[in-house]
Amino acid sequence: MTKMQKLATSLLFGTMLMGTAPAFAEAVLHRGNAGEPQTLDYAHISIDIEGFVVRDLFEGLTIYDANGKIVPGTAESWTVSDDETVYTFKIRDNANWSDGSPVTAEDFVFAMRRLEDPKTAAEYANILYPIKNAEKANKGEVPIDQLGIKAIDAKTVEITLERPTPFFLQLLAHYTALPLSKANFEKFGDQFVKPGNMVSNGAFVLQAHVPNDTLTVVKNEKYWDAANVKLDKVIFYPIDDDAASVRRFEAKELDLVYNFSADQIKRLRESYSDQVHVPPGLATYYYVFDNREPPYNDVNVRRALSMAVDRDFLAQEIYAGAQLPAYNLVPPGLEGYGQGPQPDFATLSQIDREDKAVELMKTAGYGEGGKPLEIEIRYNTNANHERVATAVADMWKNTFGAKVSLVNLDVASHYAYLQEGGKFNVARAGWTADYADPENFLALNVGSNVTFNYGKYKNDEFDALMKASYEERDPAKRMDEMKKAETILMNDQPIAPLMNNANLWLVSERVSGWGDNPVNEHLSKFLSVSE
Amino acid sequence: MISFVLRRLLSAVPTVFVVVTISFFLMRFAPGGPFNLERPLPPQTMANIMATYKLDQPLWRQYVNYLGNAVTGDFGPSFIYKDNTVSELIGKALPYSVELGLYAILIALIGGVTLGTIAALRQNSALDFGLMAFATVGVTVPNFVVGPVLTLIFAVMLSWLPAGGWGDGSARNLILPMTALALPQLAVFARLTRGSMIEALHTDHIRTARAYGLPSRVVVITHALRGAMLPVVSYLAPCAAALLTGSAVVESIFTIPGVGRYFVLGALNRDYPLVMGTVILVAVFVIVFNLLVDIAYGLLDPRVRHD
Repeated sequence: MTKMQKLATSLLFGTMLMGTAPAFAEAVLHRGNAGEPQTLDYAHISIDIEGFVVRDLFEGLTIYDANGKIVPGTAESWTVSDDETVYTFKIRDNANWSDGSPVTAEDFVFAMRRLEDPKTAAEYANILYPIKNAEKANKGEVPIDQLGIKAIDAKTVEITLERPTPFFLQLLAHYTALPLSKANFEKFGDQFVKPGNMVSNGAFVLQAHVPNDTLTVVKNEKYWDAANVKLDKVIFYPIDDDAASVRRFEAKELDLVYNFSADQIKRLRESYSDQVHVPPGLATYYYVFDNREPPYNDVNVRRALSMAVDRDFLAQEIYAGAQLPAYNLVPPGLEGYGQGPQPDFATLSQIDREDKAVELMKTAGYGEGGKPLEIEIRYNTNANHERVATAVADMWKNTFGAKVSLVNLDVASHYAYLQEGGKFNVARAGWTADYADPENFLALNVGSNVTFNYGKYKNDEFDALMKASYEERDPAKRMDEMKKAETILMNDQPIAPLMNNANLWLVSERVSGWGDNPVNEHLSKFLSVSE
Repeated sequence: MISFVLRRLLSAVPTVFVVVTISFFLMRFAPGGPFNLERPLPPQTMANIMATYKLDQPLWRQYVNYLGNAVTGDFGPSFIYKDNTVSELIGKALPYSVELGLYAILIALIGGVTLGTIAALRQNSALDFGLMAFATVGVTVPNFVVGPVLTLIFAVMLSWLPAGGWGDGSARNLILPMTALALPQLAVFARLTRGSMIEALHTDHIRTARAYGLPSRVVVITHALRGAMLPVVSYLAPCAAALLTGSAVVESIFTIPGVGRYFVLGALNRDYPLVMGTVILVAVFVIVFNLLVDIAYGLLDPRVRHD
């Protein structure tokens, strides 16, 4: 060994020894988080990975338990008026902010008013529009104090709704409905999100935040349920490179990894078997037809195109099982809705579907022997979306002799184009539930939805059923109405639902308390780690 | 010399101005905006947001405002990382990139020049071919391949080093990313040094030095290497500017919280202020390093004089 080699070796081993973690008795969860939160101000967050952080810090009136069921959070109990428009929540006596001050009804009133205040420009203010005057206040039509939320006393908050909203308790578990310490916000303003400034009422408090490196939260000793919180510290690692997060999991640096690349599922299952979790989620991958223009204004053409898509192929061959084939818009597993109505062709084999599709296309006068079929598929730039579009193009080419071209734009441009009513032939779209209710998906297609109804589908019967569902008090009947609406939607096929996504998680064997659930909610307060 | 530096710094002002102006307008021509997300926003919310960020004003006014603020050092809020201003984001991330980049430059420079010199001295030997083959591989294999391979070997299989993260910034955390960052540049330096060294070794003054019977080490290090350094030094400017402002690829493979990713994220998310901030950062680095290289030229080559 030369001198140089000796030096290098001793340096290497020296630093390795220094870097070895001392045996802390602390229970630390290393939580991979698929990206850096854009903000911790929950009036301005819009994606799940931000929700994971923020809901470990703050707690709403209701929360999702480890199995995705709604349970009391900061509210101990509640009552609902007979007409189901007034909810009265009793806040826990021992619900405190991390500075020791009590969580009051006023903190909820303050947070919700701030969310709906037009000056706040909250991205998701519309989620709480079921609250009385929320929409009007958010549009500046009525003063913000007209919002249907008030503090009856320090520990009682009353929320009045525009109309009965069966999924309201779920909405309250959404990050837009978290409370904000009025005193703290008045002191720091928008800077309340910074470590040192932030006062929170959840199971954890913010300790440190280095953008794109780590976000560290520690147990909140003032939390009402602190006795049951087993972790001392959770370190969120914002890693947008999914291969990098898998490597760090394999190097045992991360306990949880969210949203790794689907093509890794098979390999990871072989090495890590039950540490790989692929539960179905509440999201649908679909293609929209431009219902305004021929030939897509013809239901036969839409149905034929939809039938010719081999969804099993897409789900298995392209997504390696990280997506499940879908024949209707509302993902399965929603309470009270179950499996939504599928179009008649869902039960046929793919070969029969293709035969029927050719017939339908002939009836419509397109394809071989008819008018030529030239289709442009638009999608947002992404390797998987491209593979799906290529496969679908091939299926349409083989079935109908169609000439299919592909156009892709980055995600911002793609959706900007669709939202602004741009014309197209067929476009990719996806929707992830804001709350676990079929309405969240079906409302995308009502005629009055100018932004989300990209294909400008308009069916009065569908719209009427959706309207009736909003006014229906009986939960079972309401579900029935929505099922009828979806039946119409699926017969018309203004959109071709292709797949429901699965949520991809790696959960280290160190972690216990984990529950797979379709709402994809995983509060760290339910988790623990073993050494 | 001082007047040369001053002149160069003054001429940098219009350069930065042109870069800022072109970037500002180019960015706005890209379709979509910072708030067009996969999940579209209701029109009223969108209007509120546009007003908050003053994006509802005419473009020329936004441009004038931007210039006015930038001159005072205010580069605006980031549209994506809303809890931070652009200055805060870059201020927090730049030290990581600079530290990592500095190590990488040192490794690349020292390693590259050493290997290149050895190869030149043993021209056409097996050692020369071996080193140059290594250099060719270094240049051609991209660091998005080198990075993961290093990680798989040293972190996942051998568990010697962490798979990523800055951690406490110890050598343990930095070895793999700085190697991945340095390798391609090391290879370039090695090839450059070898080429110019071979040329320098055949010049008259080296032959004269040898004829005087000077020891070989003195001939090579004090005489030949000095002349051979010129192409290396000119490559050093763009290389240093690129490495010190971070590599989006290496930073994301090794999850380093540096400034490199902001170039890519800023542009993809139409975070106009962040893109402008990073563009100005790179422009300044390039200008400063070009200036430093020109000064170094004067020191290395007596024929170059900055009067």
